[in-house]
Amino acid sequence: MVVFDKPHALCDVPLHYCPGCTHGIVHRLVAEVMDELGIEGKTVGIAPVGCSVMAYDYFNCDMIEAAHGRAPAVATGVKRALPENIVFTYQGDGDLASIGMAETVHAAARNENITIIFINNAIYGMTGGQMAPTSLPGQVTQTSPYGRDVNHCGFPIKVCEMLSQLDGAEYLERVAVNNVKNVKAAKKAIKKAFQNQVEGKGFSLVEVVSSCPTNWGMTPKKALEWIDEKMIPYYPLGVYKDRSAKEEN
Amino acid sequence: MADKVLMKGNEAIAEAAIIAGCRHYFGYPITPQTEIAAYMAKRMPKIGGCFLQAESEIAAINMVYGVASTGHRVMTSSSSPGVSLKGEGLSYLAGADLPSLIVNVQRGGPGLGGIQPSQSDYFQATKGGAHGDFHMIVLAPSSVQEMADLTVKGFELADKYRMTSMILADGTMGQMMEPVSLDYEIAEAPAKPWATTGTNMEREHNIVNSLFLAPEKLEEVNFERYERYKVIEETEAMYEEYMMDDAEICVTAFGIAARVAKNAINEARKQGIKVGLIRPITLWPFPVAPYKKAADKVKEVISVELSMGQMIEDVRLATECKVPVTLCNRAGGMIPSPEQVLEAIVKANGGAK
Repeated sequence: MVVFDKPHALCDVPLHYCPGCTHGIVHRLVAEVMDELGIEGKTVGIAPVGCSVMAYDYFNCDMIEAAHGRAPAVATGVKRALPENIVFTYQGDGDLASIGMAETVHAAARNENITIIFINNAIYGMTGGQMAPTSLPGQVTQTSPYGRDVNHCGFPIKVCEMLSQLDGAEYLERVAVNNVKNVKAAKKAIKKAFQNQVEGKGFSLVEVVSSCPTNWGMTPKKALEWIDEKMIPYYPLGVYKDRSAKEEN
Repeated sequence: MADKVLMKGNEAIAEAAIIAGCRHYFGYPITPQTEIAAYMAKRMPKIGGCFLQAESEIAAINMVYGVASTGHRVMTSSSSPGVSLKGEGLSYLAGADLPSLIVNVQRGGPGLGGIQPSQSDYFQATKGGAHGDFHMIVLAPSSVQEMADLTVKGFELADKYRMTSMILADGTMGQMMEPVSLDYEIAEAPAKPWATTGTNMEREHNIVNSLFLAPEKLEEVNFERYERYKVIEETEAMYEEYMMDDAEICVTAFGIAARVAKNAINEARKQGIKVGLIRPITLWPFPVAPYKKAADKVKEVISVELSMGQMIEDVRLATECKVPVTLCNRAGGMIPSPEQVLEAIVKANGGAK
């Protein structure tokens, strides 16, 4: 009896991610959702620039690699051309909340009927650990070697809170993947974000508080604990917007 | 013969694009090309197409990238400063071998420059225009009719070679009105088995991508692309020759400058000066053949440009420096007058006869 199997929507290839990185967990959740909703064959995914740049090799659906931060604009083009298909982007914090902020905000404002999986690990991983728009106050990175000084380079951006002010956005939830309970909640949120698109509800973004043991300079276990100790207090988990649920109530 | 309609150059581009099967337009307002967006905003919703005003030129070109990935015909239009912003996307479109049509109705630069006609984006358009080894097919209309014709041609070439076609017009071409015939036989677009339209669980997944981390692979991809470019250079160059048969002086110009040059040539001919015109219609590939021929028989080539002299470099290469190539230009949004061009012709002829 098979009790645990690889989702069909996940390619049977080795992932390049560092030991302890949570990208693997989130990839799997996205793929499980594609399987469960039976949408792999009509899904087009958009990979970002950053650690998950090669996500196009990991998902079995059709994939597009976008320029840094532009995935929501590329997704807009795909969705407008193929309204019956399912379109998602998979983006990190530098991609989505720094260089691609305009594309993110305007896709939300238009209530573009797409799904965004946003990985917030508070650091630039691919380039070797620089300060991200979501790096915490005081966080030491390669480009904030004395700790993020908010008087010098400003405060972290809370994406879900910010987007929740837009009339356009349909669904915004922040989850984490640092323990079993949180992974289960993350799966539920990701599924809802895809289901919303299937039902034509519109812009659905799930922010996944994630870890980067390599660039945080921690063991994988310590990194997961750091999510509880530091990340979640600054980035509280929960639903920030669920327009349809609100209207139903 | 089909009826002619009086249209602005910008509108002719928009209508021709629709006739060519383009149903997706993304753009951002900028003078002097906004009529294209306005026309699309009116027409697209009526024919089941999509007009979307993007939040920036960068977003617009990336929306184009998204639609192009699905295999549908798609376009954006802008003017010089906006095209600079699109540069990133143009490079990615080239790297991912995606067909698209980009219109640049040029205005004076650099920087914010001005809003009057210019040809000073020639380098940007013909030499790549962004990072990496790549070309776009660059088409230079010289009439409102050609604005339409080259738009249709641009879509066909883009699909045929899986690359971007750019219409390099200028503010005059965009704004002027002329009678146009829009009677086209549109060939069916080639099949696009590479398009990301969903696997339907019937094939391996398609990937649209410009990332090749292995240098051997990236080199291979570049070599392959330049093999295609070579075919284009050999087969797709277009130009017009005017009174070149007995010409002793050759004027060369494209777009609005070519129209001014023709007036000056007609006047010079009246004065008995044997002068003709070479007008490139494709700026990339640059039509080398007529210049090679001219270089063996004319005593001077005069490049008439609305820039500080950009095409002149390609003219010198094409004539292999066998004859002097001189510049007759205005810049910053000014247009050379027929008198200025005539003066340059008379000077090349060694003074008035």
